[in-house]
Amino acid sequence: MATSSLYLSSSPHIRAEQDSAQIMRAVIYALLPACAVSVYFFGPPALMVLIVATAGCVSCEWLCQRAMGRPSTVADGSAALTGILLALNLPPHSPWWLALIGAAVAIGIGKQVYGGLGGNPFNPALVARVVLLISFPVQMTTWHGPAPLLSGVDAVTTATPLGEMKTAVMLTGQLPPDLQGRFGDYFLGHMAGSLGEVSAAALLLGALYLFWKNILTWHIPVSYLGTVILVAGLFWWIDPTRYPNPLFHLLTGGLMLGALYMATDMVTSPVTGRGMLIFGVGCGLLTVLIRLFGGYPEGVSFAILLMNAATPLIDRFSKPKKFGYVAPG
Amino acid sequence: MKLKTFPGGLHPPDNKQWSAHKPIETCALPEELTIQLAQHIGAPAEACVQKGERVKRGQVVGQAKGFVSVPVHASSSGEVVAVEPRPHPSGRRLPAVVIRPDGEDAWIEDLTAADPHSLAPDALRERIRAAGVVGLGGATFPTHVKLSPPEGKKIDTLIVNGVECEPYLSADHRLMLEEPERVLDGIAILQRALGVARALIGIEANKPDAIALMRKICAGSAIEVVPLQVKYPQGAEKQLILALTGREVPSGGLPMDVGVVVQNVGTAAAVADAVRRGQPLIERIATVAGPGIKEPKNLRVRVGTPLAHLVTCCGGLSGEPAKIIMGGPMMGAAQLGLDVPVTRGTSGLLLFREQDLPLRLESPCIRCGRCVRVCPARIVPTAIAACGRRDLIEEAADLGAMDCIECGCCTYTCPAAIPLVQAIRQAKGAILAQRRKI
Amino acid sequence: MLAAVLSLGGIGLTAAVALGFAAKKFAVEVDPRELALLEVLSGANCGACGYPGCAAYAKAVAKGEAAASLCPTGGQATIEQIAHIMGVAAVAAEPQVAVVLCQGDSARAKAKYHYLGLHDCNAAQKIADGPKECPGGCLGLGTCARVCPFGAIEMTAQGLAVISREKCTGCRKCVAACPRQVIAMTPLGATVHVLCNSHDKGAVARKYCQLACIACHICVKTAPGAYVVENNLARALYPNPKEAVAAVGKCPTKCIRDFSDGYPEGSTFAPPVVKAADA
Repeated sequence: MATSSLYLSSSPHIRAEQDSAQIMRAVIYALLPACAVSVYFFGPPALMVLIVATAGCVSCEWLCQRAMGRPSTVADGSAALTGILLALNLPPHSPWWLALIGAAVAIGIGKQVYGGLGGNPFNPALVARVVLLISFPVQMTTWHGPAPLLSGVDAVTTATPLGEMKTAVMLTGQLPPDLQGRFGDYFLGHMAGSLGEVSAAALLLGALYLFWKNILTWHIPVSYLGTVILVAGLFWWIDPTRYPNPLFHLLTGGLMLGALYMATDMVTSPVTGRGMLIFGVGCGLLTVLIRLFGGYPEGVSFAILLMNAATPLIDRFSKPKKFGYVAPG
Repeated sequence: MKLKTFPGGLHPPDNKQWSAHKPIETCALPEELTIQLAQHIGAPAEACVQKGERVKRGQVVGQAKGFVSVPVHASSSGEVVAVEPRPHPSGRRLPAVVIRPDGEDAWIEDLTAADPHSLAPDALRERIRAAGVVGLGGATFPTHVKLSPPEGKKIDTLIVNGVECEPYLSADHRLMLEEPERVLDGIAILQRALGVARALIGIEANKPDAIALMRKICAGSAIEVVPLQVKYPQGAEKQLILALTGREVPSGGLPMDVGVVVQNVGTAAAVADAVRRGQPLIERIATVAGPGIKEPKNLRVRVGTPLAHLVTCCGGLSGEPAKIIMGGPMMGAAQLGLDVPVTRGTSGLLLFREQDLPLRLESPCIRCGRCVRVCPARIVPTAIAACGRRDLIEEAADLGAMDCIECGCCTYTCPAAIPLVQAIRQAKGAILAQRRKI
Repeated sequence: MLAAVLSLGGIGLTAAVALGFAAKKFAVEVDPRELALLEVLSGANCGACGYPGCAAYAKAVAKGEAAASLCPTGGQATIEQIAHIMGVAAVAAEPQVAVVLCQGDSARAKAKYHYLGLHDCNAAQKIADGPKECPGGCLGLGTCARVCPFGAIEMTAQGLAVISREKCTGCRKCVAACPRQVIAMTPLGATVHVLCNSHDKGAVARKYCQLACIACHICVKTAPGAYVVENNLARALYPNPKEAVAAVGKCPTKCIRDFSDGYPEGSTFAPPVVKAADA
């Protein structure tokens, strides 16, 4: 009961249209092309991974919040988004329990332990991916070649292009001969790889949608991909028989997925434009170094997680120059 | 040619189409005029009339207290029915002089006209002070104080603010279109009072008719009309100075520190009335708009008119009001009711129904960075708000909390509906409280 | 193998010697009493003693700059321990605990407007003097509960702050945080309070709160010496004389409450066990 039914608040009294839930939904829509392509290339197993990971994340969030006595926030779509991103990072023929454990780790350890949305320092899907990679290395590195729906082709285990490269360079010190000829396949996604990383085309389509919606800004994708091109290009120029050309790096492995959707995760990346550029450069450098000289064929997950750890520091040192700033002394 | 602007800022929907084309209408006298004694920055005036006294239009009913203060005047002739606390735009009940107009609307006898160009700057300032002229852009800072920079502050430019960047408001726009000579007169007087040759009028490009007309009127004078890019908050003092002159007012400083004085076009017109005609500031132009009002209008309204009367003059409400805002939607103040009177700072009255309000619940910050991108003061609102809420006062101060101009861009754009401006205001209050203790 | 053992062992030995040397050379002289005091202090760093944290208070007491009786959080027991360490006589101090002088939750007190914004009493108070019609009543946004280091304050479901007299240690942080000054410090033994903070005339107050004090003076007439009415508001006198309880049933608006019968409605705290008062 109130004397008046008026609402009073501090200014401002109007708001922009987009709210957090709309942002999460838009990113989910942007990932649908990549999901569709994954099901096309890898069939029902991919669909199963997508469903289990997404449902697993949503349920895990609901359970965690219930156990902590907090109101449920699954309706904001962030858990579902984490589930889809997690699925896109897994091998397409992953067993259901792998996806489920990943979901539990992503939400339980990657997010809820830090207080929920906005509190986590590390990208939850990547935390899960890395935990699974270290705990179940066999399942996480069993790749199947593409078996497009209705094509009659059977899925066979095979190596990813990056895997092929790593093995060949370790054994012979030279790149395998036919690796860099198949750029058309790489662009569309006709290769082995994790669920979502294969099709640069589908990922770019989604990213364009997000640019249009003003959800994605140019800073991280441009600095991340740009740095990869420059650094990988430098090594390729030094020895093209040993180091693949930058286009190969762009189109294979998780780089497109990482640069457009994982590194750009708002919660775990810097808040200022300058900070985002530094973040992207760091990711790019680490990715190329791990790919070329590290023990793993793929460096994107580790690069992004390491830069996530540096984000608070980057934020601190990349604050904009205040209007009317007067230097002390 | 690229129009000048400032870093940061955003583009809320204009919503000026409801009233920008409507000529100013004079609002009839209400049954009661409540002249609040605190209508300006600085010490409130002290009542100098009593219940039962008869007063004339323009008569001083409250005397200025100190230098940073102005007198308040009766907006019409009539009888003083009360001198007591009454609803005030701040939401509190503050002392006011309540007058019942007698219908004659007779001016006081001793109004003296003068030729501004024969008066010395000090005399000009005194006439401006005596007329109670304050900044009509909404800040209500006593104009005579702004025109009295201390020794050592050399002023070389007068900037006239015709930007009106708040959505819905069109009062300044109509003033420039319908009474440009009054504005020009006032500008010339201000130039004389400050002793500056250079004057710039900033007008946003969404008012091409006003730009053209003001240019025509100012042709041949040293006053330059500069069109500016349409972006909120272009009308904010520091942002306007940067766009027009390229100078950045230092943190913690004032426009006079970069040799500039800024005045609103409405203030310039009031200065002309005060100096040339000796008329005190007793009326102003305000835009009544919003989805909750039947006929949005630009009204010439007497100070002290209850908001309810304005609503009647505009065809009444078009639904149960859920929010009443005095001012613009970005920086205006929500009101407790329509019994609040118009003051010198009332640039607009906006009415919103429940279905027009963004009633969103706060959710956690997702660190999207939009608030940082739009902030014209180039600070980090999300970090300052978080520090303020955790009582990390020194860190909030280091991050630039005191530089916040409270424009509302951050809160407008925040997808998590976090009340950023409110949180930063809290931090500012805590910082000031701590400074006072030391 | 031998090289590894020797080199690592050598490094360890060098480090140990260096650390031991540094520990002796750069040792800071600490008054052993200061360490003993730190042990007995509660460690809550609430600031009630006026010092920035327990370590600062311990240092000041050891130096002889601060009295031994300034820490309210540990009660009389702590004061005696501090006095014992310092070798002085213990000062008996009546513990004071906080009480929210209001029962006007959202079901009983009228709101002035619907408040939107920060869930903080100080922030809400800045907007038209707060969303409650009553100028002195509890705003119910939980600022005091959040600031209490001892978890002694709960917010009822209807938006009223209630302080547990058993958990409260008298640090006064809530008193400082409340923009309405509706929290008062009262002796631990006192359980009868007038739960109203409005100085408005009875007729006015009754319009906006069912449980407002209307200054009818019945409490003073029933138990003179236990209550006083000042400026349209009754106030219980502390410590409560025995007759104070008699007025509880007689108050027409039920704004006087005996906490030993229970905390205000909506609270989950069990009624305080009253220690034998020496009345």
